[in-house]
Amino acid sequence: MSTATTRRRRAPGAPDWLREVLRRPAGVIGVVIILGLLIVAAVSLFWTPQNPFDVDPFHQWQGPSAKHPFGTTGTGQDIFSYLFAGTRTTVAVAFLSSVVAAIVGLAFGALGSLTARRVRESIAVLIDILIAFPTLLIAIMLAAVFGSSLWTVVIAVGIGFGVNIARVSRGEIRRVARADYVVAAQASGSGPWRILREHLLPNIAPVFIVQLSLSAAVAVLAEAGLSFLGYGVSSATPSWGRMLSILQNYVTIYPATVVWPGLAITITVLGFNLFGDALREATDPRLRRSRRGAGDAGKEATRVS
Amino acid sequence: MSLDVNDLVIEIGGRRVVDGVGFSVAAGQRFGLIGESGSGKSLTTLAILGLLPEGATATGSIRLDGEELLGRPDRELAAVRGSRIGTVFQDPLTALNPLRTIGRQLVEPLELHGGLRRSERHDAAVRLAELVRLPDPERIVGRYPHQLSGGQRQRVAIGIAVACRPGLLLADEPTTALDVTIQAEILALFGRLVSETDASLVFVTHDLAVLSQIATDVLVLAHGREVESGPVEQILAAPRHEVTAGLVAAARATSWRPAEGGAA
Repeated sequence: MSTATTRRRRAPGAPDWLREVLRRPAGVIGVVIILGLLIVAAVSLFWTPQNPFDVDPFHQWQGPSAKHPFGTTGTGQDIFSYLFAGTRTTVAVAFLSSVVAAIVGLAFGALGSLTARRVRESIAVLIDILIAFPTLLIAIMLAAVFGSSLWTVVIAVGIGFGVNIARVSRGEIRRVARADYVVAAQASGSGPWRILREHLLPNIAPVFIVQLSLSAAVAVLAEAGLSFLGYGVSSATPSWGRMLSILQNYVTIYPATVVWPGLAITITVLGFNLFGDALREATDPRLRRSRRGAGDAGKEATRVS
Repeated sequence: MSLDVNDLVIEIGGRRVVDGVGFSVAAGQRFGLIGESGSGKSLTTLAILGLLPEGATATGSIRLDGEELLGRPDRELAAVRGSRIGTVFQDPLTALNPLRTIGRQLVEPLELHGGLRRSERHDAAVRLAELVRLPDPERIVGRYPHQLSGGQRQRVAIGIAVACRPGLLLADEPTTALDVTIQAEILALFGRLVSETDASLVFVTHDLAVLSQIATDVLVLAHGREVESGPVEQILAAPRHEVTAGLVAAARATSWRPAEGGAA
């Protein structure tokens, strides 16, 4: 009979972590929301119910109808189509800025914890200085130099949240680096890279993943906020934040319209958070539900130790 | 494999925590390092491995089969660790990575030093699990540390230490965190493995009762200095120093008689 170790090696097509995520209700909801967003984003590249930029002066501020499920704006644009098209902006910003945040966070986190004392303490000070800069300020600075674009938002949010991840992962790496099993692995002859790959990264992963899923959620909010203020993606790019900022001017007259972009942002943020939570639990074998007859050993462990 | 430690001095922030310690372990000898906590015995073990904590420096001489280890670059020491020196640490609950399967951790030294291929991983892990008498080896290699008892986990740690058949085995208080019945089993396992592989053993403990069951010769440390050394029986029968007398008294207090010891 083969064991879990070999079974996982032989079945690269069925990742264990995804199966573990889908065992949890939170994971299922998160995956469904994120998959839904991805599909809508992909479809919107080729097709939207109506042209989101079409101005129609004869159908301003329409209520929900078969033709305009979410109604229309003050210029007669179809809100549903606009949000549909804006999904790709949201998805792109969320994923790209999380990638930037992960790179910034890991690089600074590792440099700030594993290098010689003088280097790592300088890095720690640098992280603290960067944290003092509000993300918004970084975005405005970047926008002033390079102009507002999707990339400005991605880089600004990526750096802004990346340094937060760096601070948390720096502490985590330092904690794990002092763990007995790291010393034991060194005593077995593991070099620094292997220690990092086999022991440090897997053991900071739970904290890292939660931070990253938060950063995806924050990125969605930040994009909306920056677009709302006029420092976000360019006006040719549909964005939930811009829609929200246009509609909020009329919130006292047409309150129902504001609900839709707000709802879209809320559901997306919720999806990322639920997915991140389930992923964190799935990567830790201690939080997995025991199966494959592991129960007897578990019982023994609690009795003896 | 023989180990010669000469005039070892370990300083932390200008303070001498180990001061001029020296001892020799002949090939196949079972040697004991004993002392109260803070006597510098664990630091001495870490110095042999070249794994002193940041800020601690060691001077003197540590020779493995005549070859100087002290001052060698970490890369070269990493090649010695795990292959020629195997190490077992005190607390089996924290000495294993909680996220990796038992099997994967058992064969890690073989992958690092023996060029073990992935396809051979499972079989090698099962063989090691059998060697240290873990129950149900085929299945236990797929489990995680939290699913094992403390004694089983220490067996895993011992399996890792002997995976490459090292000539020298360092054991830093390997039984301290275990209850008495498990202690006896683990000591028996150590005794069997050391004689089977012809390895030298350096056994660090604060418990003379434990030491007398496994070691033939002993060095007593107090506050980083040598107090006395010699065969275990001699030290037990006629301790010359008050620190040693204290350790003997502590061993007797745990309802143990010298006449029963030494065998195991």
